Amino acid sequence: MNHYPEVWGRPRDDIYGPYNSSYLQTTGPKTHTQSPAVTGTSVIAVKFNGGVAIAADNLASYGSLARFTDVKRLRVFGDSAVVGFSGDVSDMQYIDRLLESLDIRENYSTHGNMMNAKNLHTYLSKVLYKRRSEFNPLWNHILVAGFDEDKKPFLSSADLLGTTYSAPHLATGFGAHLAIPILRRLFPEEKPLEEISKGEAEAALRECLKVLWYRDARSLDKYSIAVITAEGVEIKEDQVIEAQSWAFAESIRGYGAQVN
Amino acid sequence: MVGHGASGMLGEDGIHVDMNHLKSGEVNMAINFKDGVILGADSRTTTGAYIANRVTDKLTQVHDTIWCCRSGSAADTQAVADIVSYHLNMYSITNNEAPSTQVAASLFQELCYENKDMLSAGIIIAGYDPRHGGQVYSIPLGGSLHKQPYSIGGSGSTYIYGYCDANWKENMTEEEGINFVRGALREAIKWDGSSGGVIRLVVLTAKGAQRHLYLPDTDYTGPGFTN
Amino acid sequence: MTSIGTGYDLSNSVFSPDGRNFQVEYAAKAVENGGTAIGIRCKDGVVLAVEKIITSKLLKPGANKRIATVDRHVGIVSAGLVPDGRHFVSRARDEAASWRSVYKGPIPVSALSNRLGSYVQAYTLYSSVRPFGVTAIVGGWDSEAELAVDGQVGSGPKSGSGGKVDGARAGGPGLYMIEPSGLYWGYYGAATGKGRQAAKAELEKLDLSSGNLSLVDAVKEAARIIYVAHEDSKDKDFELEMSWISSLDGPTHGRHEEVPKQLLEEAEKAAKRSLEGEDEEEEEVAKDGPNQGERMEE
Repeated sequence: MNHYPEVWGRPRDDIYGPYNSSYLQTTGPKTHTQSPAVTGTSVIAVKFNGGVAIAADNLASYGSLARFTDVKRLRVFGDSAVVGFSGDVSDMQYIDRLLESLDIRENYSTHGNMMNAKNLHTYLSKVLYKRRSEFNPLWNHILVAGFDEDKKPFLSSADLLGTTYSAPHLATGFGAHLAIPILRRLFPEEKPLEEISKGEAEAALRECLKVLWYRDARSLDKYSIAVITAEGVEIKEDQVIEAQSWAFAESIRGYGAQVN
Repeated sequence: MVGHGASGMLGEDGIHVDMNHLKSGEVNMAINFKDGVILGADSRTTTGAYIANRVTDKLTQVHDTIWCCRSGSAADTQAVADIVSYHLNMYSITNNEAPSTQVAASLFQELCYENKDMLSAGIIIAGYDPRHGGQVYSIPLGGSLHKQPYSIGGSGSTYIYGYCDANWKENMTEEEGINFVRGALREAIKWDGSSGGVIRLVVLTAKGAQRHLYLPDTDYTGPGFTN
Repeated sequence: MTSIGTGYDLSNSVFSPDGRNFQVEYAAKAVENGGTAIGIRCKDGVVLAVEKIITSKLLKPGANKRIATVDRHVGIVSAGLVPDGRHFVSRARDEAASWRSVYKGPIPVSALSNRLGSYVQAYTLYSSVRPFGVTAIVGGWDSEAELAVDGQVGSGPKSGSGGKVDGARAGGPGLYMIEPSGLYWGYYGAATGKGRQAAKAELEKLDLSSGNLSLVDAVKEAARIIYVAHEDSKDKDFELEMSWISSLDGPTHGRHEEVPKQLLEEAEKAAKRSLEGEDEEEEEVAKDGPNQGERMEE
């Protein structure tokens, strides 16, 4: 050992020749953030007169492998809020437990003022933003559905960066491309919420999930749907996409020149 | 400093970096059956294309009737299993009660999730306790935890998704269960170059843990249970 | 044996020559002055009740709760110094949360009591701290259902797991009492505070170990016992606070909750009625005088 601390622990020049520092260079920057492994695809939701409906399929993919087909991505919080998760499943479980500990603490006091969906969304968006600021994001895009402090239907989104936005209908992932246009056509902006029934909202979501099943290669035909009204949360977790349209394939032959 | 690096293979720049650390667990699985659970695995450990160990035991006991199948980095999964084993031991001592499979699965998940950026570990946990019966949990790469009727893991598992889905039945007898696991692992060994060697099984029931061994030169028919 | 003037009572963690820790015994004295608190453990749940002496007419009735919820399935009531009790509850909540963060499930009542016992005991060892001025009753219900891992996704076989053994130990009620020394035992019925002697006598009459008392009846008995225990301090007004934890198929679904107002009032009415009936017959028996036989040994 010599008296140059900066060379301690490095190969000695007199034995190995001058140190080739180009070895240390890698292509691209050093990364600290993770990437998702087991993921869920779209979550879609729509407000209606007196509540919110939200749906997501039951698939957790591992790359293109449909690895887990019984993963419920709608999580109920308290008695009138539902969080829908797309993105990493391990982070979803982390957030789910975070919400559970929150719920336990809420119940310490008996005054009964539970957090509503709006409060929950604010909280979660801050958790997500804090984690992205630590360069260690929770790899999820979530929708929070329920009611605000005035008991009006509430629906809002938060992503892994902590970005938030709200609309009468929302979708994450592929759903943002495929479901939103359908929902916009069914429930145009000028149509007041009061004119959208619970049944219409639910049917619209089921229709959107069918399109997603046709066109999203990471989707599944088994799904969960939750309807939140003043009466509480009604959640159905083993739904199957019905009335699919495939028979027309018979009339499709060749790809151009072929006649039959 | 002198003396360091005198042995071992040195690259052109005089630095040896072993990026091909040992990978193990190229195919393994665990299933629920009528009386408990069955775990199974091949026995191949590779460093690149070289088979570093052809008779590996990838079925690891972490408590009396809680076992796991490890896949991914051998070093990582061994370290994780050792830590969990320690905690389960402590649990049974401080609580005067054997830990449930849920407890083991939770501990595994905590380690795999919180250290996901440093680990390359895919673990299947299978355990039996009188209250809950047999249970199977799977922890894939990101550290999520999935309860399953049966679980398959390791690179070789992708070759047997079809076999398992087509042949799976709930409430199998022990014999049916063993045949299911053995049949699935045989297929994986057949088609996956990273899987091979013998088939090891562990059957976990109220009677405790029982090991089985099936060898390639007897076409995986025997010798059967070995304890 | 008195401790006055010997100097052995001046510091915690100092034994007297005959092997006593006077600071701990003084802490027990603080408990003896507190409002009576009791717990009843029956087959289908646990009831906690406390006599809240009204120290000022300016206090809002029904506010200032003395029974606290820990996690979802455990309640704690204590007699003695109220702020000490609050700190104790805060520690209990931390312990329950810490258990959850590691094991992803609710802490068993026995494990929680064990940890709290150790915590309280540690406050008898050091001269820099004083022991807890409370005796706490911890009541809870360990779920008898199959426990899921918190945040679980997926499920096992649809037909259920194989190899389950009928009658395997699974959940049930838990009731523990932790004293300032850190001593704790599991009980069928526990009582502490000023009226504990009378309360204990009443609890013993219930024959709790036979498992015949139902939870709803236990609520009524608890109310009555608090009223009986209050007889000695009749000059002071008090408020009855009660909570319960039932089995999963019972009224609270395994959660610790306040006893509903209607049932509380009903129980209170019945308690008053039974006391009025007794007053005529047993005027003298009630006056047993303050008890002395309480010791800290074990």
